[in-house]
Formats: sequence, structure tokens, C-alpha cells
Amino acid sequence: MSGADDAESSLAGSRAAKPPMGTATEIAAGIRTGQLSARAVIDAHLASIDAGESDVHAFNVVLADQARAHADEIDRQVAAGIDPGPLAGVPIALKDNLCTRGIPTTCSSRILEGWLPPYDATVVQRLAAAGAIAVGKTNLDEFAMGSSTENSAFGPTRNPHDLTRVPGGSSGGSAAAVAAGFAPISLGSDTGGSIRQPAALCGVVGLKPTYGLVSRYGLIAFASSLDQVGPFATTVADSALLLDVIAGHDPMDSTSIPEDLPSYSAVIDRGVAGLRIGLVTELMGEGIAPDVAARVRAAAEALEAAGAIVGEASVPAINFGLSAYYLIAPAEASSNLARYDGVRYGLRVDAPTTSEMMVATRTAGFGAEVKRRIMLGTYALSAGYYDAYYGKALKVRTLIIRDFAAAYETFDLLLSPTSPTTAFRFGDKTADPLSMYLNDTCTIPTNLAGDAAISVPFGLGDDVMPIGVQIMAPALGEVPMLRAAAVLEAAAPRTATTGKAM
Amino acid sequence: MGEPLIITSPTTGADWELVIGLEVHAELATATKMFSGAPNVFGGEPNTNIDPVTLGLPGSLPVVNHRAVELGIRVGLALNCTVARSTFARKNYFYPDMPKDYQISQFDEPLNLDGYLELPDGQRAGIERAHLEEDTGKSTHQGGDGRIHGADSSLVDYNRAGVPLIEIVGRPDLTSPEQARAYVSELRAILVAIGASDGKMEEGSMRVDANVSVRLVGESELGTRCEVKNVNSLRSLVRAIDYEARRQVDVIESGERVHQETRHWDEEHGRTRAGRSKEGAEDYRYFLEPDLVVLDPSAEWIESIRSELPMLPAERRVRLAAAAGLTPAEVALHVERDFDGFALAAIEAGADPGRAMTHIEHNLTGATAADVDVTQFAKLVELEVTGALTATQAKQVLTEMVETGESPEAIAKERGFEAMDSAYLESIVDEAIAANATEWGEFVAGDDAKRGKLTGFFVGQVMRSSQGKADGKAVTALLNQRRTEAGS
Repeated sequence: MSGADDAESSLAGSRAAKPPMGTATEIAAGIRTGQLSARAVIDAHLASIDAGESDVHAFNVVLADQARAHADEIDRQVAAGIDPGPLAGVPIALKDNLCTRGIPTTCSSRILEGWLPPYDATVVQRLAAAGAIAVGKTNLDEFAMGSSTENSAFGPTRNPHDLTRVPGGSSGGSAAAVAAGFAPISLGSDTGGSIRQPAALCGVVGLKPTYGLVSRYGLIAFASSLDQVGPFATTVADSALLLDVIAGHDPMDSTSIPEDLPSYSAVIDRGVAGLRIGLVTELMGEGIAPDVAARVRAAAEALEAAGAIVGEASVPAINFGLSAYYLIAPAEASSNLARYDGVRYGLRVDAPTTSEMMVATRTAGFGAEVKRRIMLGTYALSAGYYDAYYGKALKVRTLIIRDFAAAYETFDLLLSPTSPTTAFRFGDKTADPLSMYLNDTCTIPTNLAGDAAISVPFGLGDDVMPIGVQIMAPALGEVPMLRAAAVLEAAAPRTATTGKAM
Repeated sequence: MGEPLIITSPTTGADWELVIGLEVHAELATATKMFSGAPNVFGGEPNTNIDPVTLGLPGSLPVVNHRAVELGIRVGLALNCTVARSTFARKNYFYPDMPKDYQISQFDEPLNLDGYLELPDGQRAGIERAHLEEDTGKSTHQGGDGRIHGADSSLVDYNRAGVPLIEIVGRPDLTSPEQARAYVSELRAILVAIGASDGKMEEGSMRVDANVSVRLVGESELGTRCEVKNVNSLRSLVRAIDYEARRQVDVIESGERVHQETRHWDEEHGRTRAGRSKEGAEDYRYFLEPDLVVLDPSAEWIESIRSELPMLPAERRVRLAAAAGLTPAEVALHVERDFDGFALAAIEAGADPGRAMTHIEHNLTGATAADVDVTQFAKLVELEVTGALTATQAKQVLTEMVETGESPEAIAKERGFEAMDSAYLESIVDEAIAANATEWGEFVAGDDAKRGKLTGFFVGQVMRSSQGKADGKAVTALLNQRRTEAGS
């Protein structure tokens, strides 16, 4: 019960001054012990959304009525002596590419406007079973293609730390929602860095699990061999708590790992003594802003001070990661997005023939970046070009997997920046897709390898914007990764990384 | 059926031969679809046997149907294929009845490789591969000529979408339309025997595409082939291949070239038509399906499936042929109709093999083996062979046995069928000869053909006067005996 007592004490002081806005761990403990009302927690967060959403635009839809009703139900359960689960009454924001039954799910694309999924994603089911309360669906780059959320058909999300800057992407809405205090936790999806990069830019924790750890059933596909659902949170402990709920085998996803998993939240406080951690030289050179590189070196020193054995690691093939990714991901996307043809659901632009209708629908329904990637991917898979592009990219992917495996023979974990820079300003990179793509240099290799990685806030840059440090782990290396993340979190400079700076 | 068809040109006199390879799609007889739990049943109200995976809804994912894989392996083993580690691939093209606008199929690593199908005449036709894939939905086009091009509107039924298919790709080893028919017939028998498919061409659960080309006899290079689709019965298959081959001969002999294309069989007009021409070759942009993992059936699983395979039609023909003293081709029909077990049991019970096989072939056409007690059937054959019943009587008794289940003795007694006294038979034969002196003269003096025809005439006369009780064979023997006497 000491955890509950702690939760109460940490919330008690703030409750008078402001509504119950603690961490997910604190909220769940308070509600499960009857010391917090789920309805009060939800009302406080909805009030926070009311106050800040017009500035931030984190959400495509806020589910206020549903969330209040759900909170009342949680309170009834607690009153009846039923434990609602490990995330009892915890507000959570869901990236709008996760299917929610009867609730619009748009991928921030015009092409899915009006579509109501008839089913919940597996992660959404697991959250509900754990007592979490969905407060809204968050904005993203259309179909998760982008690094700034500027590619949303419904307008960009703004960085809560500086409304003139992007929150990163593609899960910009989920990162901003947590950074702005709209919800203590959220879910995003990460195909090439779409959780970690916005987490870094918004000053929150973002975790990309091992490929196959979390079910993709109900996650609307961008690039199936790379996509993975993962948590955003203000603390490493909350990330672990949320991961505990969403991870695990799902027979509906053939790529889901059929293994018994440890409890992540139970082991995060075990420190890094004896862990071998390698600073990736290929990700510390050209293109990395000096203030970012400095924070990563400081993180390496903090880990060393905590007992880790820190050295320089080399993963040579990751230099080609970006090139391989921008063939593999668009190739898969060109096929995954073919189904949006106006025949069965979503937008239809009528035309005299079926094929003209399909063309008109796709022309009107997709934004420029989505079209660009469909064209790139279609080209890369075409007869006569397959070997030179897609086929070669697959070979590079194999090399990256091999080089990571070699590095992980020497090191338990690898360390790098999450993003080469802090959050940039709107429009800075929209004119040049390549400069936008370079944002993902540090995060893409982990997706190509199918490994795990986490971004942890570790101080501010010269522009007083958050900087994230990335810890990478081999497949199913979440336990040591979270232990190191907790050490970094504890060692991080005390800055207002989670509060609204508006 | 094994003879190659040679088309001799009426204009040049040149001899052309056919090269035929068949691609057969068969729906697997699973309870659920290839990649989801939606029911796999024929018919039903449109768009009722569907779920998120069937419709390819955003976020849905395929999961391989274990039973479909098992049936697929059965097919491979029955076709003497090597069962291999295989992968799924996406075949990308836009079509409204394909929910994801790609089809999950197997491309460069199919489940089954390199087998053969043995035809009833003993010839072997090569099987290149047999792989798993999912079916598409069905479109109905309204207005225009009923095809998508020019239609006012189209309705799509996704009940069939996602139904598991096995595509069996035959090598171009077939040389005549009849051989193609035998191939499909045999393949269907195998699929039904192993429980992989119901093989119903008319319901579309088995679909045949024929790759047809022609070349001059003696030429080793293959001609340009056309793929003939929309063939919905064995009869259509024979007609379509025959038509297509003759069309190609005409095209070549008129100095033009055959274009490689897909052609649709037009049953009503008895010809093939070119499909709507496509701009350039189709590029399906195949790539490994990232939503599925490698399919690597263990050796133990494959062997357990092999050990549970029933005896296949080819082996059943050999078994029955040996027991009946016939060739495998001669007993093909009995096996096809599932009467081989019955025939073997009847022979085992002492029935004369020849008479037993004849009765099954001709007198049990509407029946199944379950309709007749095999011991009573053997008794019936015995009554006929010993002369207690004539062939005609035996047929009538057998028909009644099927209807009533009574014993042959009881039926024969009830109907008053008794063995005819030979003196009486001689007397009515002699009456018939006396009453038809002109015909009898021709019978005695005529050649074999004439005599054959008149045998029928005299047997008919005797049957009439005996009210059908005479034994036709005995009458014929008696007629020939009288002719010999008359001639000497």
C-alpha cells in the first residue's frame, strides 16, 4: 500500500491548488484505492483540453461524453469492490490510426472521412480491459507519413513548448497531448521514428517496442514490416506500465511474438551497474546539432556514473538506413494504401467508370506526401526496377540487422540522439522532403532491424527546447533498455519538460 | 484419349499439333476463409459471409488458416509434389471485387513443387506447382453488355472474397482437348477423393484456364500461347481448346501472328474472344507479404498428412482392373462413380467380374453403391450366369432391388421370372424363322454386318413372343446354330 500512500501524498498537495493531474501510475493507484475519483480525473483533463486544445490542436476528436461515462463506470466498479485494472481511470489519448469501434478513425486523411470502424484494435481492447479511458484520437501526419504533423489533412499540431514549432511526427498529436497535460499517457505508432522523434521534440518519453511485441491488429498500416504501436508518457515508469498492458501475443497478428513477457514496470528501478552501453559513432557526426550531441555525451557520462560500462560502438550499415527505409516503407505503403479506392468505405468521388472513380477518389483523398510515397513505392516494386531499388534495399536491411547483431555482441544497449535537432519551426522543412526525411536518420535503423528503442528527455538545447536521448536495445531487450531509461530520467536536468510552456 | 490431336490444314495440308497447359483453381473445402474466421460457404445473401479481414478494412490483418494449409499439402502429396518451405506474396492490381486491391498469393516460393498427375491411360502430365491463395469477390455489372466496361453501375458481393484457393499449374504436356478433359476429370476426382475440394465446376469451386498454342508437327519450338478463360464445364473445355487451336492455325496460315493474350470462351457462340486489350504487360509488383510469416510445415506434419491420404483414383483403378481382368482405363468410370469398392466386394463374394462390371456400368447409372446390398448383387449375377435369369430380366430385377431392397430371388419369383425351357425356346425361335423366311434367307446368306442387324431383328421377334423372358444370348446362339445347320 505504500505506493498508494505515496500517490495520495504527491497528489494531496496539488489537489487543492489544481485538479488531479499526476502520472498514470499515481492516478491508477489513487483510483484503485478509492482515494481519487475517476470522474474528477477525467473532468480535470477535459478541462485542460478545453483550455489548451485550440492552441495545440493535438486531437482530431475529443471523446468528452464517452470518457465521462466511462469514468463514472470505473467509479461504480471501485465502489462495488471491483478492481478496474492496472490503468484504472487513467486518461489516454490514441493516435488516430488505431481503430476504435464506432468512433471516426481517419489517419488524418480526407480519404477515410466518415468511416466508422466496426471493431477495436487489439491495443484498444487491452486498454479498455485495463481500465484506461480514451479521451480522444490524436492528430498525425497523414497515414503516419511525416516527421512534423504538418502532413495532416486537418491542420498541424503545435509543440506545447513553443507554439511556433512542430511537435515532430508522425505521432505529433499523441506527443503533444502528453506534453500539454491533456492526458498522462498516449499511444502512438512508430515506423521510422514516429514515436521517438516527437517524444524528443515534445520533451516526453516515447518507446518503440520490439517488432511483434505489441499487436498491430487494428493499427492502420503504413509499412507493415516496420510499424509498431508504443507508449508516450511523462515518466519511464508510466511507459513501462502502459507497455505491460499492451504487450503480448495476439493470434490476430501473425507477426506477433508468441512469448511470455516479463513485467516491465517491476524491473525498471534495477539500475545499470555492469550494463555495457555503446555510443554509436555513426550517429554522432555530420548532421547532428552540437547541442544535441553534447546532451547525448552528457547522458553517456550519467550512465557511466551510475555504473554502466560505456564505450564507442560502430554500426556501419546504418549509414544506408535512410536510403533503404525510403524504398522499403513506400513500397509497402503503395500496396497497403491501394484499398482506399472509393469502392467500400471512406471518400468516393464519382466518375463515369470504376477506374476513373478510383483515380478521382485517390487524387482528391490523399495529400501530397502520401502520393509521393505511393509513387516512390510503386516505382521501387516495378518490373525492371525491383532489383535495383526494393531488392537492394532489402539487402541493406539485412546488413543493418547483421551490423546491429555484431554491436550487440559487445554491448547490451546502444546510445544516440533521437533527433538531429530540437523542434523546428513550421514550414522550415516542408519545401524539401529530403531535409524532412533526415529527421529520422537516428531512429530508422531500429525499425529496419526490428529492435526496440526509447527516447528519454535529457535537458534542453540552445533554443531552450527539449532534447531526447535514444537508447536502443536488441529485440526483446526492453528490460535493460527501461532500466537505463530510468537512470537517465533520474539524472536528467530538472527542467519544465512536461509542463505547458504556453 | 491419349492420342494427340493433329489438325490438318484444309488449305495447305500441313499438320499442326497442340500444346496445352492447364491452370486449375480449386476452392478448398474449409469451414472458414483463407485468412480469417468468416465462413466459407457457397451462396448466401450478398455480403453476409464477411468480416473486417474479408473486406480488407483498414487495420485488419490476415492469419493463415491451418486447415487450408493441411488441405493444400494433401493436394501436393496426391499430385506427387515436393512440399516446400513457402512464403506468401502480394499480387498488386486494382479491381473492385478485390477488397485490398492486392491478392495474397504465393509467388516464388510455393507450397508444392514439381509433381505429376497420372491419367487413366497411364500417361503422366507434369505439375509445375500448386500454391495457396485467396479468392476474389464477384461483381455484377448492370447496364451495358454486362461487363465492367460500359456498365452503368456495378454491385460487388464479397462473400467469395478470401475463400481459400489452391492453384494447380500444369506443365504444357497435354496434346489434345480430350486429354485436357481427362486431366481435369482426374484432377477433380483426386481433389474430391482427398476431401480438398468439392470440385464443382458449375458452382465455380473449380475453375480451369487453358494455355493453348499450336505448332507444326515435328517443330520443337513452342508457338505463342493464348490463355482461354471462362470455361465452365468439361464439355466447354474440349470445345474451347478445339476452337482456339483451329483459330490459331487459321491465324498463322493467313500469314499473321498469334498475339499472346487472354481470351474468353463464349459458350453461346462457341468461340473465344480477345479480352479488352491492356496497355502493356500487367505488372503485379509482387513482393513478400509482410503481414504473414514463413510457412514451414514440419516433416512430421507432412508425413502424418501423407499417412492419412485415402487411396487415390489411379491406384483404385489398378486394384479394380486386376480383380476384374480389365485394363485400368476400362474401369475408370466405376472408380469415378465410386463403385470400385462395391465391385471388388461383389467379385470377392463370387460374382462373375464381367457381368458385375456390366451391371454397374449400365444398370446402376442413377444409383450409388450404398443403394444395393453387395451380397444380394452377387447373388443376382450368379442367377444370371447360371441362366436362371436372362440379361434383360436381371436388369429389371436389379432396378427393383435398388428401389425395394428385396432379394433378387424374391423379386424374380414375384415377377414370374423362371429359366426358360430350352425346348420351348427352340420352338419359338423356329417359329420366328418360319414366319420371316425372307429375312432368314438374308441372315443365312448375308455378310457379318447384315447378319448383325438381322440378329437384332430375330431376337426382337423372340422377345415379343416370349414376353421378354427369353435370354437374348441364348437366342443368338440358337440362331447361329440354325444357320450353320442350314448352310451345311
